[in-house]
Amino acid sequence: MIARRLRFLFGSTKGLVLAAIAMISLVTAFWGTLSGPMAEWGVRDVVVRVTGMDLDPAEREGRIIMLYHCIAMAVVAIEVYLITGALAMRAYWRTVINATVTVGYMSAMIFGLIFGYFGHNWIFHGLFIFGQCLMFFSGVLLCVALWPWREEFRIQDPDYAHTRGGVDLERVAFFTMAAATLASALFGAIPGAYFGNGFETFLAENVVRDPHKPVLQRAVIGHLHIMLSLIGVAITLLVGRWQDFKGTLHKIGMPLMIIGTIILSIGAWSVTVAEWAHVVIYIGSVPVLLCGLCFVIFSWDKLIRTGLRERGLTKGGAWQKVQALVRDPLRFGVGWQMVFMNFTVSFVGLFTAAKLEDIFRVWSHREERLLLTGHWHVLASLIATIILLYYADLAGLKGRVRKWSGWLIILGSDLAFAAVTVFEEKRLFVSEAAQQPVVDWTMILNEVGLGTVLVVLAALMIWRLVDLFRDQGRWVEEHAQTGLDADAPMTSIPLYPSPSETPQEVEV
Amino acid sequence: MKRGVMILVLFAAWSLTACGPSAGQTESAIPVFETGVDPEAWALVPAGEFYEGQFAHEVTMDHDYEMMVTPVTNAQYAAYLNDALHEGWVKRIQGQVVGYYPGDVFRAYRHEFPIEAGDWLHVPLDEPGLRILEQGGSFEAKPEYANHPMVHVTWFGAKAFCEFYGWRLPTELEWERAARGDDDRPYPWGKDIGPGNANYYHSDDPFESIYGKQGDTTPVGFYNGGTYGGFETQDSPSPYGLYDMAGNVWQWMGNVYEYQHYRYMRGGSRMEYEPYLRVWARNNAGPDFHSSSVGFRCVRDLSE
Repeated sequence: MIARRLRFLFGSTKGLVLAAIAMISLVTAFWGTLSGPMAEWGVRDVVVRVTGMDLDPAEREGRIIMLYHCIAMAVVAIEVYLITGALAMRAYWRTVINATVTVGYMSAMIFGLIFGYFGHNWIFHGLFIFGQCLMFFSGVLLCVALWPWREEFRIQDPDYAHTRGGVDLERVAFFTMAAATLASALFGAIPGAYFGNGFETFLAENVVRDPHKPVLQRAVIGHLHIMLSLIGVAITLLVGRWQDFKGTLHKIGMPLMIIGTIILSIGAWSVTVAEWAHVVIYIGSVPVLLCGLCFVIFSWDKLIRTGLRERGLTKGGAWQKVQALVRDPLRFGVGWQMVFMNFTVSFVGLFTAAKLEDIFRVWSHREERLLLTGHWHVLASLIATIILLYYADLAGLKGRVRKWSGWLIILGSDLAFAAVTVFEEKRLFVSEAAQQPVVDWTMILNEVGLGTVLVVLAALMIWRLVDLFRDQGRWVEEHAQTGLDADAPMTSIPLYPSPSETPQEVEV
Repeated sequence: MKRGVMILVLFAAWSLTACGPSAGQTESAIPVFETGVDPEAWALVPAGEFYEGQFAHEVTMDHDYEMMVTPVTNAQYAAYLNDALHEGWVKRIQGQVVGYYPGDVFRAYRHEFPIEAGDWLHVPLDEPGLRILEQGGSFEAKPEYANHPMVHVTWFGAKAFCEFYGWRLPTELEWERAARGDDDRPYPWGKDIGPGNANYYHSDDPFESIYGKQGDTTPVGFYNGGTYGGFETQDSPSPYGLYDMAGNVWQWMGNVYEYQHYRYMRGGSRMEYEPYLRVWARNNAGPDFHSSSVGFRCVRDLSE
């Protein structure tokens, strides 16, 4: 019986996604006690004492970097599972890629965290590196499996973006993202390999004002920016697949995403050598964001049309359209979070860039550092909420639970992101001497918002854990599915010869 | 309905109590503590090899010097202002104390601002957070803040203070040597930090009960093992007997680096979490920046 459940957790797409989210949840719950309010309430001291953590102050930056990587590896693994589940590929490739990435993220996460926080056993450090190497190797395999120019992946469906020769441009976008991710990983791996040979760990936000940054430091700065961006690109493509993104906007969006991903990546890599790299990054960001906009327009238009149709209407008033739009918070939410991102990340970033000399560089470095840290934490968390909304749908939430979960994730996270944005920009409207009430309020709202999301996440995980104890639980049904959702076609080319039939391998 | 109203009332009451006064606004209830640490005292920091930075690189300090045992206090700065204005060392122009600075070499490097020769801000006299009063044509520290570190002083103002007396601001290396001694400790007093060691964010000192978690400056030498208003401190000097080398206020350093106009600060402040109190932690801002959490101390060379 246990073997069956393990086969579900590590042998099916939904099981793998569930296991990775559970791992991230556990790490978040445990390591979240080391900072913020939990530290202030004394929980950190208890956790450190009880678990025997070794928190050498001189190694803090190194520990944080390991923690970021451990969580990021699991997020990347989730995206890989979703890609192999959503796109057509041979079953052999799907199995090999999923197995490799699973061992990779598990090894990196478990041994990385033990090495970073519980004394330095260098065998564990080796296994941390080994895990990341496996992740890289699984990325190479993914690129091979995705290769869009293979005959069997060509499409003729006029609803989806493709070349005259039938090359699926959405698949090209996935492939470009995966290839760019591999190249970008090297920009972190190479400086990391020099650690101990003169290269020292640092947090990018700490050196932002240094006029002369060594080339390896610049490589790391390029690496961390592009990796998060590419994770964002991947989830945008994935939610597009989830909602069957197609039509004119798909044909506009996919070329934009491909071109944007390439330019954005080249820009980030150029940070190592060129002063003009930021200009390239700005240029590359535009088509990527426009593709996101195309998806949001498509998604919301589809939600409105299907919502009206469900009510027997062909046309509706403004209020009826709004009701149709927001009737499913999970599907509405992914688009909304992308829109909301502009207010808490993109516009803030553009404003900061435009007013850098006049405002932000007049502040002390610590103030600018708060802004930078808040900026990327919001973006990373926002991507996580999109994944969570997607997973909530994959997990089969229905009815009131679906609505409550969706809205709590959206409202809770947006409350937190808005509060953090006000917090990081507070010097624009309040002096240091008078800031305490602003700090208190924004932190309270942030904690309430994030707490709400974490409660939903915990409830979801507990529900799935309880389900695993049932002989005929939902996991049995999900185990029988090879891909993501047997109820609807998930790919521009059908994942299976016939979506309604028992899943099979793609004929090659 | 009733329950909802009750929740709202409780929330509103809690909200109001959560918004405490900000530093510099409600000063009638400020506790006054005498620490017994003399702000006029100096400590010898000997030449020698030591570990510099987070990664403990071995470097050599090639000269002995003395450093102020505590940051410059409001009382000291007020007395200086009276003397310096009298002697024409600084000027008072429209609510500001300003002074001449010969300027930096400007290379027009990326993000570099020109620091030109001319009069630059030392102290903004109209700043609400300033703890110095002007009465009858002379300056004096607000009584409850006399032994607190001087704040809202720019790098120009800190440098001018030191040079007025024939001293100077410490270099980053001198400051770190003085904070750390001969070993690779992360904090001036040792490896670990707790609320009894220094004034940092949410460190529970008596001023945090008035102003909230960011608190206020504490008197210089506060963390000397004394008990103040029921709050017990641990004696937390650096290996050379210097107090407030971590927390309370950031301290201006004397270095002027090429290709940038930023001036650096060390030590962390009452506004920071513990990691920013580590001896290698840095902050920086333009030389005309001032804040309620930035102060300074001076060094003097023994040859003089």
